[in-house]
Amino acid sequence: MKKKVLASLLTVAMAATMLAGCGSKAEAPADAPAAEEPAAEEPAAEEPAADDAAEAPAADDGALIKVGIINNDPNESGYRTANDKDMKEFFTEANGYEASFAYSLKNDEQIAAAQKFITDGVDYLLLSAADTAGWDSVLQDAKDAGISVILFDRTIDASEDLYEASIVSDMAKEGQTAVDWLAGQGLDEYNVIHIQGVMGSAAQKGRSGALDDKVAAESNWNIVAQQTAEWNAEKAQQIVQSVIDSGKSFNVIYAENDDMAKGAVAALDKANISHGVGKDVIVMGFDCNKWALEELLAGNWNYDGQCNPFQAAYIDGIIKTLEAGETVAEKVVVMDEKGFDASTITQEDVDTYGI
Amino acid sequence: MENKNKSIRAFFSGLVKQQVFIPLAALLILALFNLIMDPSFFKITLGQNSVGDPVLNGYLITILDYGSELAILAIGMTLVTAASGGQDISVGATIAIAGSVILRMLCGGQTTTDTYQTPLIVAFLVAVLASMVAGAFNGALVAYFRIQPMIATLILFTAGRSIAAWVNNNELPIVNVDSFGYFGGYIPGVPIPTPFFIAVICVVVIALVMKFTNLRLYTQAVGINESASRLNGLNPEFIKFISFVILGVCVAVVGLIKVSRLSTINYSVVAKDIEMDAILAVALGGNALGGGKFNIWASILGAYVIQFLTTTLYKLEVQSDALPAYKAVVVIVLVVLSAPIVREKLASISKKMKTKEVA
Repeated sequence: MKKKVLASLLTVAMAATMLAGCGSKAEAPADAPAAEEPAAEEPAAEEPAADDAAEAPAADDGALIKVGIINNDPNESGYRTANDKDMKEFFTEANGYEASFAYSLKNDEQIAAAQKFITDGVDYLLLSAADTAGWDSVLQDAKDAGISVILFDRTIDASEDLYEASIVSDMAKEGQTAVDWLAGQGLDEYNVIHIQGVMGSAAQKGRSGALDDKVAAESNWNIVAQQTAEWNAEKAQQIVQSVIDSGKSFNVIYAENDDMAKGAVAALDKANISHGVGKDVIVMGFDCNKWALEELLAGNWNYDGQCNPFQAAYIDGIIKTLEAGETVAEKVVVMDEKGFDASTITQEDVDTYGI
Repeated sequence: MENKNKSIRAFFSGLVKQQVFIPLAALLILALFNLIMDPSFFKITLGQNSVGDPVLNGYLITILDYGSELAILAIGMTLVTAASGGQDISVGATIAIAGSVILRMLCGGQTTTDTYQTPLIVAFLVAVLASMVAGAFNGALVAYFRIQPMIATLILFTAGRSIAAWVNNNELPIVNVDSFGYFGGYIPGVPIPTPFFIAVICVVVIALVMKFTNLRLYTQAVGINESASRLNGLNPEFIKFISFVILGVCVAVVGLIKVSRLSTINYSVVAKDIEMDAILAVALGGNALGGGKFNIWASILGAYVIQFLTTTLYKLEVQSDALPAYKAVVVIVLVVLSAPIVREKLASISKKMKTKEVA
């Protein structure tokens, strides 16, 4: 009995400390210890990786460009679902492509899929790597087989010679765009509740950085509270609730994704603090979920920063360039990303950019 | 005078022996700490929410609000702990499933809805059924296949959130019906958060069950000595099984509160790590984590103490990803203090002091 108690005690203690220890990392996209992926995925999915290579119906008439697309599991997040949908809709026979897809959140399964595509003799290998490391040898194989590799959404730790181009989001720029917009609002004083994503993720670092710099530089910018809600709406609600309970005044909520902004707004509603266009508190979110853009359209939120999942058109441009025998001018292509202002957003924007 | 002293001392030593003493003492320490740090912690104001209904605001109300979720889970978790001598770590994932089922039923497969596609009560009952099935799955593994509870529930802990996402085809449904927000918020005209009332209902139900059935006695018997209880004609497997099913019901109730708070769900983060808090509530209630005797009231009080601690830490602006570390420290201290070996030692020390005094 005593032993049992002690054993369970230790288990709880261990589990608790584990939680504490890993808290900040726990959500890094499944089994990707790397801190540097430029991906915008919010909460990493716990889904077991599905490795179903869905072959497109083969219409082997030589005119089609064969592409093998290796992506992360579309169930991972809304961002990834939109990304996968974009790829599927673009790389069709109508657009001159014969596409094969493979999905996994695990690096080794992705590498196996890449090897399969090399054996199948695709013309282009499009890759959103689960992990930054371990790609050298397989990409060398691809190069030897005359296959061009294009990275999208995530970079890898490999020699630049091994791929033609890398199409990424610039999280720091997303943050800067948002902070510039906020500065343009011309408030006398900025008292900001800053709700951060999972600490150390690329999206958090980029989006926090711009705000931190601005607060350090300007005397009328203050942080009322700066807390990580780990992309979690409920935690964000509790954090904002705590600030309200403390009686501190604030006029900006800078949440690093839409979910957390939603949680913050729930706390504001509870305390009857008005928010949105022309109201007491400015609400800012990121990612451009469709429902979030609808909040903007209704004037309940003020700003939403885009994290562009629509990479297919960029990839197409690069493939067209390569097919024409030209070289790609820039190895790293940073996508255009918009920031939406509630006072100017239109229904068309919601339909086009909402994910 | 001598006599009076003695009776006071007897009263206190009796209190110390009570199981409820541990969470009560922890609550007092926390309250005292906050009183010294900043008495405004206890300030409660009556205000209005954005719809114009009266609501109470303040840290204490926040504790009442969020602690109630934990209290409901603590009821089920106490029974599971007592009967099986282990804990269910899948409650967070099962909450995701229950919440997902509710939203799926209410939205009828669409992504947003302005009216209930299914009556709320039906949606809720289906969710109860779903999480009872999840509980039965855990219970069967533990009771009949004799798998360690933590290992058995690890399966749903890992897979539950994927199942939740699958229930809704990975969509994130939104229910735009005002009355759906009542369960995690306020009923118009009532300034006290609804989760508190839901917790009260759960407590009353479990109190009645314990009063009119032998659940309490049987559970303790199985937890203390399985083979002895079998010899006495009990069915230990069934008792363990049923404890997991009861936890399933508690989970569905919390699932309703959770999805009601935001009228939507995020599968990978909803109720994240809540199982830790629920287990801590049981531990804080002074219940033996190895099974056997239990006191549900102490667990419920423990749940509010955990939330008191969380809210206090939020107030002190501790980084929220560091919260589990602080909780761990507090809990380790409490659990060590409540361990039988330490208590015996303390009792013998206080006895020695007494005899010295008399001499």
